[in-house]
Amino acid sequence: MTATLIPTTPGAARLHAAFARAKQEGRAAFIPFMTAGYPTAQAFPAVADALLGQADILEVGIPYSDPLGDGPTIQRASEQALAGGTSTRHTIALVKELRSRHDTPIVIMTYVNPIYAVGPREFMRLAQEAGVDGLILPDLPPDQDLEIADLAAEHGMAVTFLIAPTSTPARVKLVAEACTGFLYAVSVTGVTGTREGSALNEVPAMLALARQYARVPVAVGFGVKDAETAAQVAQVADGVVVGSAFINAVKAGQDVGALAASIREGCTQH
Amino acid sequence: MSIQLPTYPQPDERGRFGRFGGRYVPETLIPALDELQAAYTEARNDPAFLNELERLLKDFVGRPSGLYLAQRLTEHAGGAKIYLKREDQNYTGAHKINNCLAQALLAKRMGKQRVIAETGAGQHGVASATAAALLGLECIVYMGAEDIRRQALNVFRMKLLGAEVREVTSGTSTLKDATNEAIRDWVTNVRDTFYILGSVVGPHPYPAMVRDFQSIIGEEVKVQHQALEGRPVPDAIVACVGGGSNAIGIFAPFAYLPEHERPLLIGTEAAGEGVESGKHAASVAGGRIGVLHGAMMYLLNDDEGQIVPPHSISAGLDYPGIGPEHCLYSETGVAQYVPVTDAQALDALQLLTRLEGIIPALETAHAIHAAVNLARTMRPDQTVVVNLSGRGDKDVAEVMRLLDLGREQDAAPTPRTPEVLA
Ligand SMILES: Cc1ncc(COP(=O)(O)O)c(C=O)c1O
Repeated sequence: MTATLIPTTPGAARLHAAFARAKQEGRAAFIPFMTAGYPTAQAFPAVADALLGQADILEVGIPYSDPLGDGPTIQRASEQALAGGTSTRHTIALVKELRSRHDTPIVIMTYVNPIYAVGPREFMRLAQEAGVDGLILPDLPPDQDLEIADLAAEHGMAVTFLIAPTSTPARVKLVAEACTGFLYAVSVTGVTGTREGSALNEVPAMLALARQYARVPVAVGFGVKDAETAAQVAQVADGVVVGSAFINAVKAGQDVGALAASIREGCTQH
Repeated sequence: MSIQLPTYPQPDERGRFGRFGGRYVPETLIPALDELQAAYTEARNDPAFLNELERLLKDFVGRPSGLYLAQRLTEHAGGAKIYLKREDQNYTGAHKINNCLAQALLAKRMGKQRVIAETGAGQHGVASATAAALLGLECIVYMGAEDIRRQALNVFRMKLLGAEVREVTSGTSTLKDATNEAIRDWVTNVRDTFYILGSVVGPHPYPAMVRDFQSIIGEEVKVQHQALEGRPVPDAIVACVGGGSNAIGIFAPFAYLPEHERPLLIGTEAAGEGVESGKHAASVAGGRIGVLHGAMMYLLNDDEGQIVPPHSISAGLDYPGIGPEHCLYSETGVAQYVPVTDAQALDALQLLTRLEGIIPALETAHAIHAAVNLARTMRPDQTVVVNLSGRGDKDVAEVMRLLDLGREQDAAPTPRTPEVLA
């Protein structure tokens, strides 16, 4: 995070404040992810409450039929949520309900097709009305569609694009400059999901590059699964995103709140 | 003199065909797509690459494929002359091999030893496995569980050729999901893997590159039609459309001609049990604009943006989208896309088999149906060229099952006479 940080929208300001608060507490921001409507539409709010109890920012995924960037865990969670009737508009309604009980910033992760299907303007209107602070767009390189980012800004929200270990310096610059919420660095060449051992070797070099260009906080995700891997990432990143591990925990009937508390603890920076 | 790869005015430098196409993929792949684009641009101007491609297309595939006057089919229709562009004569049995060999050569040139592919009907998988065997590359093919059932023969051929076939059970267990899985593999192994994409879909540069490799079909038609009819351009061209590669291959060399010189271009979409039934794969007739597998195109998706599972009797047409260049052709009226049902295709398959002794693929049968109907409305001095995209060997077991089912229901003693013959 740099001193030149200029929030462009209310959503961006709230996200930046969350990163700043975490930093004051000596932590990287803890950003858990959960698929909306998982395990069921009825059970989701309690899962989200448990995560929000620990989170600096909550990331809620719109379940999608064809999630290109996701591994089997999130893909199956999406299929289950869709079968239970949760889709695009319902996700936004679920976030609205969470908003009425929580102050923690909430961002929506979505592939672009649901945005186009609802209509970009209508989608942004609904999201703004629900109190969404930002969007994470895993299949939208920022140079593909400038309209989405502009519309999000018009509706008070921040946008987050992603970089990967394969990104060239020119791409990192382009992506970093387009992000208004935070920059999301993907830790591995691969899809979401937990991995055997820790495969985070590429993170430090990527972050060093990202920090040359980013004017927003830099978070790292993919493959972070426990306090130990979170601690590794927290040494170099402003934020830590954890997704599949929570879905696995829900599936196994484990205490999601307790797992979240331990990973939040792991986010402590030394 | 070696072959030339054609150049066309579309897509633009951002990979857009009008508003269609583009690159909606995880950032991880963008550098790989840039690398592919650079390698392709270089290769297509390198005589060594073009000579090798030409040699393989001629001596390994058996090109040029024939342009054959279907005399009895023409008499049956009672109108324009119907010519068949015999892509079924290609080694491995379909047009897919043209593109696969070219991409595999490119993979080798780029130093990638591992290739992956998706397949629906299995023809692209077989062609990829064949090219990989020929060039000594490791090959993994993703295929939906449902298609593995429908196309057992092709699954065995791939394995015999040394490829690993990975069964996909997510989503609808068909081509769309096999494509997702192949892209996920590529995201994970992008540094040492080449993705051989099987149709004119996916992120830029695939739709343009696959079109260029397939346009040899239309280029040959020009020369052959000139020899047979004294003019290079037929009056109409019909081809079936899954993702759209065989259709683009025969359309593109004519699509950018001035309007008054352009033949009527007809693409047939799989209408399954009828567009109204909701059980179909007709993306132009029954879809709307969306994004799938990295490109913006006409797409079967609901008003929440979830992909609607497609249905077709033929595994190769069972895809919820249609290549971005076809979307542009449709929007601008350069080509028309007509729905053909499962039942019509099954009838057309039997019709061609009985009249010409050619068993077409179920995919191809969709085009045969439309071509016969179209020829009927035209004059005898006019010509219709049908792209005979592939042969039906792979489908005979499935066709036998379907016709037997029909027989049980109708309690008829022999396979029923195709409607069009009755
Ligand atoms: C014989 C045949 N024709 C057509 C197709 C459809 O593909 P495309 O639309 O890319 O030509 C396939 C696909 O597997 C095929 O095997």
